[in-house]
Amino acid sequence: MSTATVEKEVVKVKKAEPLFSKKNKKLITNPLDIDNPITVQVLGVCSALAVTTQMKPAFVMALALTVVTASSNGIISLLRNTIPSRIRIIVQLAIVSLWVIMVDQLLKAYVYEIWKQLSVFVGLIITNCIVMGRLEAFAMGNKPGPSVLDGLGNGFGYGMILLIVAFFRELFGGGSIFGFKVFEAMGIHYQGNGLLLLPAGACIVVGIVIWIQRSMNGYRETH
Amino acid sequence: MKFLRKQLDGIEHNFEKGGKWEKYYFAYEAFATFLFVPNKTTADKGVQIRDAIDMKRLMMTVVIAMLPCLLFGMWNVGHQHFLAQGMFEATMSEKLWIGTIKVVPIIAVSYIVGLGIEFLFATLRRHPVNEGFLVTGMLIPLVMPADIPLWQVAIATAFAVIIGKEAFGGTGMNVVNVALTARAFLYFAYPTDISGEVWTYLGDGAKTVAGYSGATPLSVASGSVGSSVADLNSFGSSWGADGLYSFSNMFFGFIPGSVGETSTLMCLLGGAILIITGVGSWKIIFSVFAGAFGMGLLLNMLGTNPFSQMPAHYHLVMGGLAFGAVFMATDPVTATHTETGKWFYGALIGMFTVLIRSFNPAYPEGIMLAILLMNVFAPLIDYFVVNANKKRRLQRATV
Repeated sequence: MSTATVEKEVVKVKKAEPLFSKKNKKLITNPLDIDNPITVQVLGVCSALAVTTQMKPAFVMALALTVVTASSNGIISLLRNTIPSRIRIIVQLAIVSLWVIMVDQLLKAYVYEIWKQLSVFVGLIITNCIVMGRLEAFAMGNKPGPSVLDGLGNGFGYGMILLIVAFFRELFGGGSIFGFKVFEAMGIHYQGNGLLLLPAGACIVVGIVIWIQRSMNGYRETH
Repeated sequence: MKFLRKQLDGIEHNFEKGGKWEKYYFAYEAFATFLFVPNKTTADKGVQIRDAIDMKRLMMTVVIAMLPCLLFGMWNVGHQHFLAQGMFEATMSEKLWIGTIKVVPIIAVSYIVGLGIEFLFATLRRHPVNEGFLVTGMLIPLVMPADIPLWQVAIATAFAVIIGKEAFGGTGMNVVNVALTARAFLYFAYPTDISGEVWTYLGDGAKTVAGYSGATPLSVASGSVGSSVADLNSFGSSWGADGLYSFSNMFFGFIPGSVGETSTLMCLLGGAILIITGVGSWKIIFSVFAGAFGMGLLLNMLGTNPFSQMPAHYHLVMGGLAFGAVFMATDPVTATHTETGKWFYGALIGMFTVLIRSFNPAYPEGIMLAILLMNVFAPLIDYFVVNANKKRRLQRATV
């Protein structure tokens, strides 16, 4: 058994593809569109509904998740051949929680107000399906370089949807963007739409994004 | 007539295959068949006998059944308008006039926006324009307060048609009632304009009579600390409208509320039209009332708060229960499809309505949420009924 794995690795090394090969670039671009974690894989929806009432916390949340996914992907990928498969989940959890706690402390230290708004959702990145999913599906079987790229890509894909949803929710729900009162600045009295500020409103916005994305990609339900 | 026909014939070739407006064929077809009977006949092969009742006629029957509610509602808008200002001597035509200028714009906005979106989607998706919006467009104004800003009606209608219906595939595919989706949208998006004391149209600068209160029967009853019936009966005496919320007044509908729902009598009249023509299910209508009454009785026995001690029959005439039971719950698309399921579906709507009224202080009226909730559960009820039927028949079978 062991010789077989060694052989396989040798074969891989022979290819020695550059970090930004065509295949690796896809690791970044795919999650933005055809393999988006929220709109296609429907993972991490809970936090996407919870933190998107305003753009600022959504942006910070996206940043936090990207950092956690990319760095834990990298570390797990480095350790992937030493982790016994029976206890791999708990090892993954330990590493993810290490990064989450670091991010959490950093946010608390430098952007306390936003950290308060995000409340438990930074801590809950530990159980975020996107992070766990990428570790299991990618980092456990790939080299550190591509794994970090994959983590970054999925973080960007998540962040992109978060910002799109937060943009519409904050603009039409509260009449502002990043806290800047857009309609007031234009001299228009704007009555905020309360539905968009509720989680149900976020669900509808995410649904519309999925609808648009699917009709652009020509998605068809297979029966 | 001949002139119209000529005009249509003149432009028809543009819409046919290869014509320059080929894309808009279905929009053209909808207009043409609205004006003239189409000259299409059934194919040589296949079904030759057809029932005269198609979707257009079905929808028109419901619209006709809503007319009593609409006309009474228009009068009542004016009636409440003058009552709130202490002008008790206003004539019938004055009241109708006030109602007309408040309600007709809402109807117009609802139809223009809704049909506009229907035409848009029909053109984009290349399918004939469905008649489904005829009823929805009339239901939406009837469940709005007379004083609702028109732009909100437009947004709510657009939301309901796009998200409530077209996202699911168009007429006949929607999961929840489209008109109630519009109302629920406004209820959560702009609560200040559709809940609280907004039900009476006053007009700019109009002064209310001293001692006036715009509270609805449901909010009076849910806010009462002693006997809710006594509170209802004494309501209005402070400004000369004695017995405004007496049982008979609430039954006949001389009370503030959404445009079309105040009168239980008119709703029952509409219900009778639906039942006689076979368009609405009497099982659903009956079981909604029965469920609400039964739940009211149950709460009477438990008697946990003053509101739940209110006699059960009061629940049937207050708020929009009758309107919802007759026009919303019977929607054939969103209701259960099995006949047995209709009993459960209706009864649960009634029970949930009274439950929400009695125990949720944030929502004094429960029929909207109860119907939307049961719309979602209707397929599940059908599933159980079908499975029970399968089981029963399997027992009989000898394999």
